[in-house]
Amino acid sequence: MDFALTEQQELIRKEVATLARSFSADYWLEKDRSGEYPWEFVKAFAAGGWLGVVIPEEYGGSGLGVTEAAILLHEICVAGAGTTGASPIHFYVFPPMPVVKHGSPALKERYLPAIARGDSVMSFGVTEPNAGTDTSRIETRAERLGDRFVVNGRKVWNTNARQATHILLLARTAPRDPAKPFAGLTLFFTPFDRTKITVREIEKMGRRAVDSNEIFIDGLEIPATDIVGEVGRGFYHLLDSLNPERVLTAIEAVGIGRAAIERASQYAKERVVFGRPIGQNQAIAHPLAQAWAKLEAAELITMKAAWLFDHGRPCGAEANTAKLLAADAGFEACDVAVQTHGGYGYAKEFHVERLFREVRLYKIAPVSQQMVLNYLSEHVLGLPKSY
Amino acid sequence: MKILVAIKQVPDTATQVKIGAGGKAIDTAGITWIVSPYDEFAVEEALRVKEKRGQGEVVAVCLGPDRAKEALRSCLAMGCDRAIHLNDPAWTAADTLTTARALAAVIKQEQPQLVLCGRQAIDDDMGAVTAQLSEVLGWPCAAWIMEESVDADGKNVRAARQVEGGLEVFDLPLPAVISAQKGLNEPRYPTLKGIMGAKKKEIKDVKASDLGLGAEPPQLSVVALEALPPRPPGRVIQGDVATAVKELVRALREEAKAI
Repeated sequence: MDFALTEQQELIRKEVATLARSFSADYWLEKDRSGEYPWEFVKAFAAGGWLGVVIPEEYGGSGLGVTEAAILLHEICVAGAGTTGASPIHFYVFPPMPVVKHGSPALKERYLPAIARGDSVMSFGVTEPNAGTDTSRIETRAERLGDRFVVNGRKVWNTNARQATHILLLARTAPRDPAKPFAGLTLFFTPFDRTKITVREIEKMGRRAVDSNEIFIDGLEIPATDIVGEVGRGFYHLLDSLNPERVLTAIEAVGIGRAAIERASQYAKERVVFGRPIGQNQAIAHPLAQAWAKLEAAELITMKAAWLFDHGRPCGAEANTAKLLAADAGFEACDVAVQTHGGYGYAKEFHVERLFREVRLYKIAPVSQQMVLNYLSEHVLGLPKSY
Repeated sequence: MKILVAIKQVPDTATQVKIGAGGKAIDTAGITWIVSPYDEFAVEEALRVKEKRGQGEVVAVCLGPDRAKEALRSCLAMGCDRAIHLNDPAWTAADTLTTARALAAVIKQEQPQLVLCGRQAIDDDMGAVTAQLSEVLGWPCAAWIMEESVDADGKNVRAARQVEGGLEVFDLPLPAVISAQKGLNEPRYPTLKGIMGAKKKEIKDVKASDLGLGAEPPQLSVVALEALPPRPPGRVIQGDVATAVKELVRALREEAKAI
């Protein structure tokens, strides 16, 4: 067993940390205030070739795995960028994954090089207002008309839809069969045609600069050449996106937690009350130490899940566990960081307030903690399905 | 044109330095190591000279223990073509002169037209290697350079450094040694492709005997390292603004003698 990063992974870690830290906490505070998309940050990572991390080399990327993508997102978050910095980057990793794994050579040739360069901006169209986590019940339909499909329906929680040039879209192409509910769904990767898709932004608690939206699709025409993999097997292709998504969001929660703990520890060393630094009080120190330990454990299971995925092994249990533990650990770390700062923790200028709001997301997205527990109960422990 | 860049691996600028057990060196446990920032300006400039000329080779050289390989790998990731690692127990206590002699021996083998260094390493701040190196080589040297241009036929380099009120401009025949000052350029970040390519580039290990050098006693040895005395506590001046300002001005003038 070897827990060390390879020399290349170590270099990746170091260089991403340097680049990410060139964007200050005040940059992110300002983005949070103005709601402006962090283009400068995304462009800096595009220029460094980081957006093509998982795109195969023959399509202009670097052909690395989810492990390297996790190192990338961890360092982005440790640097203090929060979900606002991580989300625009992780969209270059998991939405293209089904295209990388299941797309036809022509589809890959058409879309992957622009993704690797950062010229495409992606949105992920799976969740629907009337289906939620029950993906088999999505109502968006794609009907075949010769060599094309016409799509109607709506999706919710589409990140990036205001900026997106492309969408990974899941739609029903055959009626739901209760015996095989996940069959009959088809996955498309296609241009985001704004004449046929209406975007309505959702105001939310955190990550103001990176939009979340409800989208309404009305007669969107998709050529059959934009199908990812096989017609009717879209859900199964999508799984190659969902496990990496759990791994990456887990590592983001860990990274955000670390950023918060770093700020809080620094504050606890400097802030003097009753004649000594507050960090000398165990009531301050122990929660920070506890939070650190939980982050460390969550990071280990997350990297294990990444390793399993990259080695082509089943990783559902580990990826879900990672997301469960990391979301809790990250949230606890940010909560403790706010508490350590006392009243100042509630003030925006100390930055942990923003991290606290942002990290809350990971207990809900990409899948709720409760649904993770359902998954583990059913698929790992073999308990009867409760719903 | 072949360009050689001499770099040093140093503790990260954010390191909280502690004195080691013997009192003659710092405690290196837990330190993050980086390429000395002035040396990064030198690497960047070498790459720019090569890119501007459309051809050439940039070779990074570092004298240091095993860990110094990481620093060379970073230089390769930035775009250097290959690297040479001067790594030998004979150099464990190398002072600036020993380092300069080792570098000079490599330079005689490699025969670059231009040698670039940082103006000083940010760990011990000696700033001596560049001058000693050019002395050993018998090459012209321009230090603390903020602007540089190699002429079209690669025979001369024009280099400028900041002096009070303006720039001092030198013309040096090549081969020459130049040391980089902040402001020379903005070093690039290694790209992911650069990092991946770095794995395939050569880092040649060189021992003292490969250069015909033996162990020599250092000319300079550290007697002791002493930590700075702790800073005396600050003083808060109480009272209403008008009185407090008067007291502040008096204290600055009479006690601190700052104004």
